[in-house]
Amino acid sequence: MITLAQLLTLSAIVFSLAVAGIFLNRKNVILLLMCVELLLLAANFNFIAFSRYLNDINGQVFVFFILTVAAAESAIGLAILVVLFRERRSINVEDLNTLKG
Amino acid sequence: MLIQVLFHVFAAILVLAALGVITTRNPVYSALALVLCFITSAAIWLLIEAEFLAVVLVLVYVGAVMVLFLFVVMMLDINLAELRRGFTRFAWLGVLTALAVVVEIVGVVWARGGLGLDATHGALPEPAGYSNTAALGAVLYTRYAYPLELAAMLLLVAIVAAISLTMRRRTGLKVQNVSRQVAVRREDRVRLVKMDADKRP
Repeated sequence: MITLAQLLTLSAIVFSLAVAGIFLNRKNVILLLMCVELLLLAANFNFIAFSRYLNDINGQVFVFFILTVAAAESAIGLAILVVLFRERRSINVEDLNTLKG
Repeated sequence: MLIQVLFHVFAAILVLAALGVITTRNPVYSALALVLCFITSAAIWLLIEAEFLAVVLVLVYVGAVMVLFLFVVMMLDINLAELRRGFTRFAWLGVLTALAVVVEIVGVVWARGGLGLDATHGALPEPAGYSNTAALGAVLYTRYAYPLELAAMLLLVAIVAAISLTMRRRTGLKVQNVSRQVAVRREDRVRLVKMDADKRP
């Protein structure tokens, strides 16, 4: 029998790996998008774990909506990435300095 | 017992695949490791009886989103050496942050009464004949009908945004303009010329 604590620990490990990945791959926009996907996966783990252990189906509905939003986010992110690559011939975050931010 | 063993095997694969995502040199391998992450997650979701979402994860993420990622990674011609420069510069900060996150969450979860509920027992198994998909559909199309339509609108907006961002008009292409073809009138194309017949010499 899988306990709630095991699932939450697993999701914490995945979440922290994704956070570390954002630090490591801070120049590569594609890797940053992948790390965000991993973060959302870890969050979904928590939603499903609590939904099952509290016997409340609403948590799983939330995961459904998170999946929808994440799919839309990655589609638009990759579209922006393609346009960016066409303009700059690079996907390095350090090259994105047009706004002087 | 079997479920416990399976869970540990899948959890190990998931953590190793997540490590692979953030450390491999090539973005293609990262994307493939992320696919492995999603598949093992779906397996774990199956183990805790969230079948519908497990199937959706495989269909939507592995089937659509990750294929999109792989497509983009392979389409772009990226200078990897430039992107890898300074890879380990902030590694200590990343490891420190990751450790802090894990220690905090694990501390709260495993502390006695840290969650306010007993986290050391398993979920109640669903009764025989229970359908996760049916239960989810029963709330999704009643209580969450309006959010569901909003989600559909969001996906539509995402499609329009992605297409309008990446579409470009290239000059010098020979393409058909269908609306002009349809709107053409007979007078524009056919000119009837009246002329006398030639005389026989």
